[in-house]
This record gives sequence, structure tokens and C-alpha cells, in this order.
Amino acid sequence: MSGKVITITSGKGGVGKTTAAANIGAALAMQGYKVTCIDADIGLRNLDVILGLENRIVYDLVDIIEGRCRLRQAMIRDKRLPELYLIPAAQTRDKSAVSPSDMARLGDELKAEMDYVIVDSPAGIERGFRNAIAPADQVVIITNPEVSAVRDADRIIGLVEAEEKGPATLIINRINAQMVQRGEMLGAEDILELLAVDLIGMVPEDSNVIVSSNRGMPVAFDDKSKAGEAFRNIAKRLAGEEVPFMDLDATPGLMDRLSRFMRSGGN
Amino acid sequence: MHPLITIKGIREGLLVTLGEGEWPEIQEALISQLEGQADFLRGAKLILDVQNRALNAASLGKLRDLLSDREVSIWAVLSFSPLTEQTAQTLGFATKIHQKQNEPEVSPRDLNLEDDEGILAKQTLRSGGSLVYPGHITLIGDVNPGAEIIAGGHVVVYGKIKGMVHAGSEGDETAVVCALEMSPTQLRIADKISVSPEDMGEKTPEIAFIRDGQVVAEPWKFR
Repeated sequence: MSGKVITITSGKGGVGKTTAAANIGAALAMQGYKVTCIDADIGLRNLDVILGLENRIVYDLVDIIEGRCRLRQAMIRDKRLPELYLIPAAQTRDKSAVSPSDMARLGDELKAEMDYVIVDSPAGIERGFRNAIAPADQVVIITNPEVSAVRDADRIIGLVEAEEKGPATLIINRINAQMVQRGEMLGAEDILELLAVDLIGMVPEDSNVIVSSNRGMPVAFDDKSKAGEAFRNIAKRLAGEEVPFMDLDATPGLMDRLSRFMRSGGN
Repeated sequence: MHPLITIKGIREGLLVTLGEGEWPEIQEALISQLEGQADFLRGAKLILDVQNRALNAASLGKLRDLLSDREVSIWAVLSFSPLTEQTAQTLGFATKIHQKQNEPEVSPRDLNLEDDEGILAKQTLRSGGSLVYPGHITLIGDVNPGAEIIAGGHVVVYGKIKGMVHAGSEGDETAVVCALEMSPTQLRIADKISVSPEDMGEKTPEIAFIRDGQVVAEPWKFR
């Protein structure tokens, strides 16, 4: 079996790389694939928290690279999904503890056993970023509908192309449909026009994401959450399935009005 | 305290000047300094100024290997010592660099460039991308925000300009910039700098040039 390494990166910080990595990893595992998530953000690890596996860390990525443990020992198995594993980042070291060739070797080793390896990249374009994309078979860029995030995404796409890891695909995260409709937020068309890459997902702004991150329960597990559905759809598309894009426009407004109507009726 | 090592960026690369001291000590200091800036220096080409130190092939070769482990290469070794100079030549390093003390004054030249003094590129320049050429540049693709084109001559973009374009970068005020959509963050021709006006309805192909000392843009029509 030879799997696929998918690196999730963005350039800018705070656009949702880790959230996306956790949710895509979880959603792929829910579909029955064997998945390992790697937190490549050495020194600023987060993926373990979002996946709710923080208290189970014994060994980490740097321990594997430096030979203090076997690969299997550092792979934390998720209790909810038996085929989902996490390799956490070291918190007491920094990006220079690992080199791009280390990561490429690790990726090759994991691919032999896994269907998918999801690498969560740190922000920035330096060593950490190069470590994260070194093992990648596919790179997914995540951006927010705001000018600075899109600008950074553009830079990253250029760097990914230069490393011959392209073509990258794009996730637009935290879309607020009402703001787009009012012309206050960049729409998907504006972003795609500039970046000229394939879109693989649009994730609506959803407060459930924060709630579930705090609980260590990726939102992809939540059947009712729009964002969770969006991430599940992205996972399906990554697995080669054709899934139509969700209609982000009308639904929130209508739902709001309905629920407000119900509430006022009840009173 | 006297610094053992100074590193300075010059036109030809990074000039590393090694100060007084025992060679093993200097070598160690250099390596540790490079380690500290490994990311910045990866792939760098060093010009090593060893002053009047006499080095044999063994010590110079060892340093070369230590540096190449860190993805840094030496391309020139400067020294007053004939032995070192000879060693460096044996190992295939340059021993002289062309140091331009006084930059020759670049005179504005007319655009009577030869036919082949231009390049054609077919790509989209993304943020951080840069295309620099002393002649004309024709680009098939867009210039995204954060990217730049700098040409000694004209610039023709068959696409959108949203980044920075500098035509006539060596002072030629007759240079022009053409694009299918002209909304640069900044447009420079020779030493004149302009920014796009706010507005904008429908975008049409435009040509920008200097008129009465100002950069102006007009619809780009076939004449």
C-alpha cells in the first residue's frame, strides 16, 4: 500500500491550518482510511490540543528523527477513530531540530502503512514551512477571505510551484456569506481570480469550530455543523470523490429567520 | 573585543573576513556563526578573505567540506599570502574578485536596443516573484500584488498588472508599460513613480508612459 502525503499550509498565521488538518484527518479516518496527522509546527504545537490528544503524548516528532523512539511509539492512536493517528510536534525544541530530508524520509516510511498522511505546516516561509512541504505529494493552501491572507497564499503558491510540489489546491476558510453578499468580504470568485488555482473547499464561519477545538473534538464529528460538513466534503474530494460545493449563501439567513420566527411564536 | 569574523554582503556574494587568531579557533568560530544563521545562509556563496594567513590545501579543503555539509560553498579566497593564493587556485577557487569601488555612471540610454535585447516569459508572477532584465520584458501572464518586473526597456504584459512594474529602470524616460489590465500597486518609469487612481469601472487595456514629466495611462489601441 502506498498512501499520499498532503501538506496543509498558508503562509499567514491564524487562518485555520491546524483546524483544517485536524478535521480533514478526522474526516478521512471517518471514511475508513488509515490516516496519520503530523504536527510539523515544532515549538508551537497545537494539533494535539485540537484533536484532544494532548495528555497522551510521550514521544514526539523530534524523538523519531533523533532516534529516541521507534515510529510506532510516537504515533498516538485516536480513541474515537481507531485508524487515526497523530505524531505530535516537540514543544521544547524549534524548527531547526528537523530537516526537510528527515521529513521526506518520515513521509516515505508512513506512506507504506497509511492511506493518508496529513502534515500541519507552521506559519511562515522559512525552515518550518520547507520541512512541512518536503514530504508532500499534494499541497493544500488555506486562506481566509481577507486581502492579507490571500496575498500570503499567493506567495506560498509560488514557493510550492518553485519546489515542484504544485499544483496546489485551495481551501477558503471562514467565509461569512452575509458579509460577502453585502460586498464587505472578498468572495470566492475574487480570490480564485487572483490565485488561479483549483478550489477544493469553502468553509463557512462557524462558532462551533471554536467550541469543538476547545473541547478537543474536531468539528468534523458534528453532524449539525456547517463547517463540519464542509470539512467532510473536503476529505471526500481529496479522496477523489466528486462533491458539489455547499450553497453558503441563502441558508444562514433563512435559518436565522426561521428560528427567530419559531422563538417568537413560542413566546 | 575584536570580532573574529565579519560577514558582509557585496555584489559578488557574501564577503567573510577572518580576523586575527589561531586557525582552528577561527574555523570553529566561522562554523558556529554559520550555524546560527543556517537558514539565511543556505546555498550562499562565500568570498573568504583570510588576510595574510598561509593555508595549505589540507586546511582549506577541510573548511570547504565543513561548509558544504552546511550547504554553503566557497567560490573565492582572498589572501596576500602567495601560498594561500596558490592553494586556493589548486582547489579551484577564484582568488580575485572584481570589486567595483566606483560604480560607473549609468547614462540614460535610448531604446535603440538590438532586436534580441528582450525576453519573453510565460508565467504568472506571484507575490515575491521578480523578473529583472536590462532590456525589454514581455510577460504572458499576470503580475500579482507583491510581485515585480524591472526592465531597462519597455514592459508589455499580456495579462493583469497588480504588482509593481518599473520600465526604463536605467533612466530611459521613453519606456512604456502596456497591460491588458493596469492596476499596479505602483508603476515606475525611469525615475518617475505613480500609483493607480482609486476608481475603476470596466478595465480596458492601457499603455502608460511619461508625458510632461508625469506617468500617464491611456487606452491601448492598435494604431
